[in-house]
Amino acid sequence: MTANRKMKKERPPGQDPRWPYRTIRLLLVDDEATFIDTLANRLKKRRFKVSRAYSGQEGIQLLKKAEYDVVVLDLKMEILDGIDVLKIFQKMAPDLPVIILTARGSEKTAEESLSCGAFDYLSKPCEFEDLLTKIMSAYHTGKEPTD
Amino acid sequence: MLSKPKYYVSLRRKMVTAILLVACAPLFLLSGVILRQFNHAFREKMHAHLVELIQKHRQNIDGFLNEQLNIIRYVASSYTFDQLRDEAFLQQQLSRLQQQFTGVFEDLGVVEESGLQIAYAGPLKLLKADYSQADWFQKAVARQTYISDVFLGLRGRPHFIVAVRQAHGDRHWILRATIDFRAFNTLVENLRIGRTGMVFIVNQENAFQTRPAINIPVQRTLYARLTADGGVPRPDTGIIEEVSDSSGKYIFAGATLKNGDWLLVCQQDAADAYQDLHFAVKTTILILLLGCFAIITTAWLISRRFVFRIAEADHEVDLMNRQVVETGKLAAIGELAAGIAHEINNPVAIMMEKAGWMQDLLEEENPKTMRNIEEFNLSLEEIKNQARRCKDITYKLLGFSRKTDSRPQPVHINTLLEDIIALSTDRARYSGVVFHKTLRDDIPELNVSPAEMQQVFLNMVNNAVDAMEKTGGRIDIATTSDEEYVSVEISDSGPGIPKSDLGRIFEPFYTTKPVGKGTGLGLSICYGIINKLGGQIDVESEVDKGTTFRIHIPIRGQTSAEGPGVN
Repeated sequence: MTANRKMKKERPPGQDPRWPYRTIRLLLVDDEATFIDTLANRLKKRRFKVSRAYSGQEGIQLLKKAEYDVVVLDLKMEILDGIDVLKIFQKMAPDLPVIILTARGSEKTAEESLSCGAFDYLSKPCEFEDLLTKIMSAYHTGKEPTD
Repeated sequence: MLSKPKYYVSLRRKMVTAILLVACAPLFLLSGVILRQFNHAFREKMHAHLVELIQKHRQNIDGFLNEQLNIIRYVASSYTFDQLRDEAFLQQQLSRLQQQFTGVFEDLGVVEESGLQIAYAGPLKLLKADYSQADWFQKAVARQTYISDVFLGLRGRPHFIVAVRQAHGDRHWILRATIDFRAFNTLVENLRIGRTGMVFIVNQENAFQTRPAINIPVQRTLYARLTADGGVPRPDTGIIEEVSDSSGKYIFAGATLKNGDWLLVCQQDAADAYQDLHFAVKTTILILLLGCFAIITTAWLISRRFVFRIAEADHEVDLMNRQVVETGKLAAIGELAAGIAHEINNPVAIMMEKAGWMQDLLEEENPKTMRNIEEFNLSLEEIKNQARRCKDITYKLLGFSRKTDSRPQPVHINTLLEDIIALSTDRARYSGVVFHKTLRDDIPELNVSPAEMQQVFLNMVNNAVDAMEKTGGRIDIATTSDEEYVSVEISDSGPGIPKSDLGRIFEPFYTTKPVGKGTGLGLSICYGIINKLGGQIDVESEVDKGTTFRIHIPIRGQTSAEGPGVN
C-alpha cells in the first residue's frame, strides 16, 4: 500500500525518464495466457507498450515485425522450449535483453539460461515490483551481462 | 544366514557332495585300478619266480637221477655178466662207487631174468633174494633202465632202486643199485622259499618221495591237478593256488621229473608269498582312507567358509538393496515434490498477479464513493501474502528435491537442517512436538552428498517425532564445529531407549516399531553414511528423559575428498 501511494507521485515506469515521450516496448512470451494477460494489463497501466505472445513461435513472429526494448520469456512452453526461443532471439537481436520468468525455477535452469545470454532470471510467482525493477535495469543497462 | 538357513544348509550340502564326488571318485577309481594291476602283476611275478625256481631244481634233481643211472649203466656196460657175478668184484665196484660218491650207493646187485639175485654187494644179506614180484623189477625188465619210486622194501627203510637191463647172450640180466634215500632227500629237503615255502616230490599216486620239511597231509589229487589243466596235460610245469585245508591258502608249483613219474612240488603259504603284496595293499588303503579323510575335512571346512561368505555377501547385498530402495524412495518423493511445486507455481503466480491487478484497479476508484475499499485492499494483500506462503512451501519442496542428488557437493549443514525443520514442522505440530534450534553461524561448508545428509537428519528427526507422537515434547537441534569436525546434536525429550536396546539400534533390521511401520534400517543406513564419510554417531539415552544423537562429520576428510571427484 505504501508502494501504491508512492507510485502516484512518481513518474510511471513505462516511460523513459530521460525521454518522457518514449515508451518502453515489452514483449511477453508465455503459454500461460491468463498470466501474461494480467501481467500485460498491469504493465500497460504503468505506461509500458506491451505485446503478448502465447508461444515461442508467436514471439519469434512478433520480433520479426517489430522492435522491442525488453523481452520477458517463460522457459517451460509447449512445442518450442524457452531456452531455444532465447537462443533464436539472441541471433535475431543480439542486443535485446531477455528476462527469464519461469515456474520451473531451479539453480540449474537459472545457470543455463544466464549462460545462454539471458539478462536476468526470476522465478514464478514473483513480486511485481521485482519484475519492474529488473525490466527497468534491463532497459537501462542494455544487453550488458550482469554476472 | 538367519533369513534362509535351509537354503544355506542345502547349498552347503551340495558343495560338500560336489567336492567329494570330484575329489574322491577319481581317487577311488585310480586306487582300485592301480591295486588291481599291481595285484595281478605281483601274482604273475610270484608265479614266474616259483616256476623258475622249480624248473631249476627239476634240472638239478633230474640231473642227479640221470647221473646215478648213467653210473650204473656205465658199470653194467663196462664189465661182463660173468665179471659182475663175482661177488668180490661186485663188492670192489661198490667200494669204488662209495668212495667216489659218498653216501649215495647203498648196495649193488645182479639179478637174473627170473628175478633171482645172483650176486650182491652191500650191508644186507640179500643174495638169492627173489625180486620177481617186485614192482621195480617188472618195470626194469620192460624198459632198458628204470628208477623206482621210494619204498620201504625188505629193509624197512626208505630207498629207491636204479636198475639197468643188460643182455647176456639171449638172456637178460639186471644190474641194480640201491640209492640211499637220505642222499636224495637232502637234495630237496634244504630247499626253502620264504618262511613257509618248501619243496618235496610226489609220485603219480601222490605218495611223498622225499620227506617234506614240515609234516603236511598227503594231497590226494595233487599230481593230477598240477599236471593237467582241465583235462589237458600241461607242458611240464603247473601252478595252482588253492585252499588245501582249513589252515589256509597255498600256492603249489609242480614240475614233472623222471618222464612224468614223479612231480617236484613247491608249496608256499599264500599269506607268506603275498606278504609284500598285502603290505602294499594295506598301505595303499590306509593312504586312500587318510586322503579321503583329509578331503572330507577340507570339503567340510571350505564349504562352511564359503557358505558363510556367501551368506555374508547376501546379507550385505540385501542391506544395500534396501538402502537403495530407501534412497530411491526419497528420490522419488523429491521428484514428485518438484513436479507438484512446479505445477503449483503457475496458478499461484496468476493468483498473485490477479490480486496485484485488482489492487491496481482499486487505485482508480474513489475511496469516498467505495466504502469497503480499505477492506478490499487488506484482503488482496492477504491473498498475496498467502500466495507468497505457497511459494515458500514450493521452494522448500524444490530445495528438498534438489538435495536428492547423491553426488558430493558443498553443503551448508545449517541450511539443510533448516529445510528439514521446515519440512517436519507441520507433522511435528500435530504430535505436539516443537523444534528449538541453536545453529552456530561459523559452521564451515562440507563437501558431502546433500541427499545422504538429508536422509541422515530426516531420519533422526522423524525418529524423534515418532518417539513423541503421543506425548508431545521438544526437539533441540544444535550445530557446533571445531577444527576437525562439524557436530550436529539432535536431542528429544521422548521416552528414551532402554539400555538393553541401546547397543543394537544401529544394527540392520533392528526395530522396536510395530511390523510394517519401520524397516529397522533407518539408523543403520545413517550409520553407514556417516561411517563412509569418516565420521561417527554417538547416542546417549535415559529412559523417560530423552535421547541425544551426536553426529560428527570430519571437515578435512571432506575437503580432501573433493580431489578424487564425485561419487
